[in-house]
Amino acid sequence: MPERTPSQTVGPYLHIGLTQGAYGAREIFGATVAEAGMPGARIRIVGRILDGEGNLVPDALVEIWQADHQGRYAHPADGRALSSNSFRGFGRCPTDKDGGFAFDTVKPGSVPGPGGTTQAPHINVGVLSRGLLKRLFTRIYFAGEPANAADPILALVPADRRDTLIAKADAGKPGHFRFDIRLQGGNETVFFDA
Amino acid sequence: MDDVYSRAGNDADPPYLSPDYMGTRTRSPKRPLILIPQTLSEITGPVYGHSDVKAEEADLTIHHASEPLGERIIVKGRVLDEGGRPVPNTLVEIWQCNAAGRYHHAVDQHDAPLDPNFTGAGRCVTDAAGNYKFVSIKPGAYPWRNHPNAWRPAHIHLSLFGPSFLTRLVTQMYFPGDPLFAFDPIFNSVPDPKARERMICQFDLEATKPEWALGYNFDIVLRGSKATPGDPDHA
Ligand SMILES: [Fe+3]
Repeated sequence: MPERTPSQTVGPYLHIGLTQGAYGAREIFGATVAEAGMPGARIRIVGRILDGEGNLVPDALVEIWQADHQGRYAHPADGRALSSNSFRGFGRCPTDKDGGFAFDTVKPGSVPGPGGTTQAPHINVGVLSRGLLKRLFTRIYFAGEPANAADPILALVPADRRDTLIAKADAGKPGHFRFDIRLQGGNETVFFDA
Repeated sequence: MDDVYSRAGNDADPPYLSPDYMGTRTRSPKRPLILIPQTLSEITGPVYGHSDVKAEEADLTIHHASEPLGERIIVKGRVLDEGGRPVPNTLVEIWQCNAAGRYHHAVDQHDAPLDPNFTGAGRCVTDAAGNYKFVSIKPGAYPWRNHPNAWRPAHIHLSLFGPSFLTRLVTQMYFPGDPLFAFDPIFNSVPDPKARERMICQFDLEATKPEWALGYNFDIVLRGSKATPGDPDHA
């Protein structure tokens, strides 16, 4: 049987190949996951990435993968019909000079979990950057969501670290959530292995 | 829910902290990763196919007024999973520096010439048998500031999705016999020397076009689903 090709860092020049709009080429995907008019509650997720010394990370790429507002994925392993054929559920955003990223999407619905459980609304997140030899994987959950209490994945996270996975509503801006990612050190974001 | 994707090949990957590669020191997590079951959120993933990509995007040499300088190359191969199954209809994105070792990127300050006829980006989608093919020029070696006199071996960056969130792979393809391998902390971040070899393409005389371009073969192996009972190879 063939053996796995190892992961390598995306390096500092990822924009040439992965966010081609910056180089005048047609972009297949960007930071808008759901166009206006997509069913569901519109949300904007804004965040920053910080390293172990508290420095902003200006050369990372954030990728998100999510279900639609009914909790359905645009993928054959999820056999349920989508409310819109144009929903693909994937977005990509490079961090700017201040380590910032932002996604425009709809809030995902609850998703089936293992053993008949239900997962609270969440978004899968991959982080790639110079200095990361392989992708980091985390999740965004939403503050004030009652379903968080019964989420089977959050239950695996020590209680004192769960807060790193919760996007906070931005007071005064309806539908805006804040989600910062700390790669290392105090209050380090919880990263997963699946 | 049992895991769909095998964990057996995970040790091919480098660890997050590889101290000789300076950038990992402040960007690698210090807390252990939390192991979670593979739920519907992980066994699904973005689906992009042939309708998203134009055929000419697989040729990096035809997007400017004239051809880029450098040694013309064909890079082709198959995308497979660990079970030896081809991975069809999956997006492959590549990027690289020019023949002089300079990226067409604002951050690259290497004192080597830019080539007005080379951007260095390409993409394609694998066919039904998992085949992909790019036309480009051989990238040069380039210096970086990781340590004194640090040079990266010539490489092409590759990004692949595969069928799920868990099969995503970003890697680098290297060229045979590069004298810089022994000195490169990124290449050597992969602990197993045999796994390192799997990042090196092979010169391929069959893929070489007479009077035109050198051919290289590079098969890419993604994380695979576990063999299911009933498969002939399920021991
Ligand atoms: Fe590079």
